[in-house]
Amino acid sequence: MGFFLETLFGGLMAGMLYSLVALGFVLIFKASGVFNFAQGAMVLFAALAMARFGEWIPQYLGLENMLLANLLAFAMAAVVMFVVAWLVELLVLRHLVNQEGTTLLMATLGITYFLDGIGQTLFGSDIYKIDVGMPKEPLMLFESTFDGGIMINQEDLVAAVIAALLVAALSLFFQKTGTGRALRAVADDHQAAQSIGIPLNRIWVIVWCVAGVVALVAGMIWGSKLGVQFSLSTVALRALPVVILGGLTSVPGAIIGGLIIGVGEKLSEVFLGPYVGGGIEIWFAYVLALGFLLVRPQGLFGEKIIDRV
Amino acid sequence: MFYRENGQFKTSYQADQQIFPITQDRWGVLLIVAFAFVGVPFLADEYMFRAILIPFLIMALAALGVNILVGYCGQISLGSGAFMAVGAYAAYNWFIRIDGMPLIVALLLGGFFATLVGIFFGIPSLRVRGLYLAVATLAAQFFCDWAFLRIKWFTNDSASGTAAVADLQVFGLPLDSPLAKYLFCLSVLVVFGVLAKNLVRSAIGREWMAIRDMDVAASVIGIRPMYAKLSAFAVSSFIVGVAGALWAFIYLGSWEPAAFSVDRSFQLLFMVILGGMGSIMGSFFGAGFIIVLPIIINQVLPFLGEIAGVSVSTAALTHAEQIIFGSLIVWFLIVEPHGLAKLWSVAKQKLRIWPFPH
Repeated sequence: MGFFLETLFGGLMAGMLYSLVALGFVLIFKASGVFNFAQGAMVLFAALAMARFGEWIPQYLGLENMLLANLLAFAMAAVVMFVVAWLVELLVLRHLVNQEGTTLLMATLGITYFLDGIGQTLFGSDIYKIDVGMPKEPLMLFESTFDGGIMINQEDLVAAVIAALLVAALSLFFQKTGTGRALRAVADDHQAAQSIGIPLNRIWVIVWCVAGVVALVAGMIWGSKLGVQFSLSTVALRALPVVILGGLTSVPGAIIGGLIIGVGEKLSEVFLGPYVGGGIEIWFAYVLALGFLLVRPQGLFGEKIIDRV
Repeated sequence: MFYRENGQFKTSYQADQQIFPITQDRWGVLLIVAFAFVGVPFLADEYMFRAILIPFLIMALAALGVNILVGYCGQISLGSGAFMAVGAYAAYNWFIRIDGMPLIVALLLGGFFATLVGIFFGIPSLRVRGLYLAVATLAAQFFCDWAFLRIKWFTNDSASGTAAVADLQVFGLPLDSPLAKYLFCLSVLVVFGVLAKNLVRSAIGREWMAIRDMDVAASVIGIRPMYAKLSAFAVSSFIVGVAGALWAFIYLGSWEPAAFSVDRSFQLLFMVILGGMGSIMGSFFGAGFIIVLPIIINQVLPFLGEIAGVSVSTAALTHAEQIIFGSLIVWFLIVEPHGLAKLWSVAKQKLRIWPFPH
């Protein structure tokens, strides 16, 4: 029982991290109808920027305070992501308005290659560390209830808290601010939003900026867990089942989907994996999502698909 | 002026319905095929065959298969790499486990098993559409990646997980020189090209296109969506499977599952989109573009670096290659979202009305 719960908690934590990446997908898809394959590359790019700034700032500015240095690095990386968002809108999206979804998907694949290449050219292609002072020692819970208790990574716990805070902040931003309302209007109907005077281009820049910050947070957490390296960009492929499971247009869907996928992956790997040779978590997530899709083709929380001929 | 159909009168339905109704087209295509069979072997050297022509022919075949699914039936698939892998490993197992199995039969069996897998993973297309389907087909990709890596039976229990074939023969002729390989791939491509071209202009092809344009409307006028979608998956994955077997047997010789990773699926989708969706010709253009582009970048960059007086390291070269490849693709999508096939038809129209602008 203890072991089962431990796996379950591990899955929930991992799921939270998937949710973070999935959130980036959902934000951009909602606002601009672009299925942003570059989200993974953005995570890598942001994490690389963060890692290198965190390295350079103490080195060149002589800043001793770790917290201050990290905050500065985070801010600078966020600025870099804003520039990326602005450039993407200016150079790519603006010219592809009204194109088919497939064409846009391919364009973001092009952006993926570009970001992978330029990120590693600018910031180097070794493995870097992000040290934001996350606690590393594992925590023991329920030692009195179970034999041996449940071991939980404090790091994971902190990550989950950060993710939850980010989601709360995002929903506040979407529900309470004027910009948030404009974003929701654009997500609802491009033409109607434009006709009442909401500037589409600016909204797209904003939403890519938000996605950039989400990518930065995701990159920071993944990076401090696993180290910043090229394989970080494949995290997008891990988050895709989350997105379609939760529904492409739903923020809560991304969170719940992430948790389901995280738990499903871990439980399958631990309890099913040994029988078939292991390493099944990556495709199991997809099969799980596929099973859901067969029952609900629009995902758990997606908008109902209505066909008109 | 150069390309006018004036004076070419059709007197029978048969003449009206032929693949290339315009005489210039007919001769043009015949000349290109004849040149590919007779002219190219004299002109190309070994490097050309190995690095450009053979991969181009095989990937063109695969792109043809993907185009049937994505371009003609409108079902976006990111699992093409998996179907290539199934074709390759199925052909490998038949070839290696049965003594004296002829190569062509093994290739076709590879295609047959890819068809089965393709139909199976095509079933979600009956429920989900568009981008959801694209992600759903990734399930095929990751499942096959895993299966061929972990289940040792598929790789004939080889310790390193590498599959290899040797002593390929077709009708008693050995396929060992690049030239022989080139001619074999070319023949396969021509056969499948003609088949595909005829298929897409037949009843089933029109059903696929109706489904692509609007599947609800198509089902209202009596087209069975299940039959149309699954048949597109079947035909597409058969061709892709044969291409996968060719890629493994002829081009690679010995291979690992990584040869058919998700990157391969993206590459194939790039070929279809850049070449032109719903165009047989476009598949060839797209394959040529995607195969040749990295080679050109690879050759030109160090040269440019030399001129500028900078020595380019291999890592920097790889990254620069990624940057240029990515930006070229984005640029191309912006300039011509309908692909190279569209450029080709624009050029034909210009030739037709030259010297007048309209």
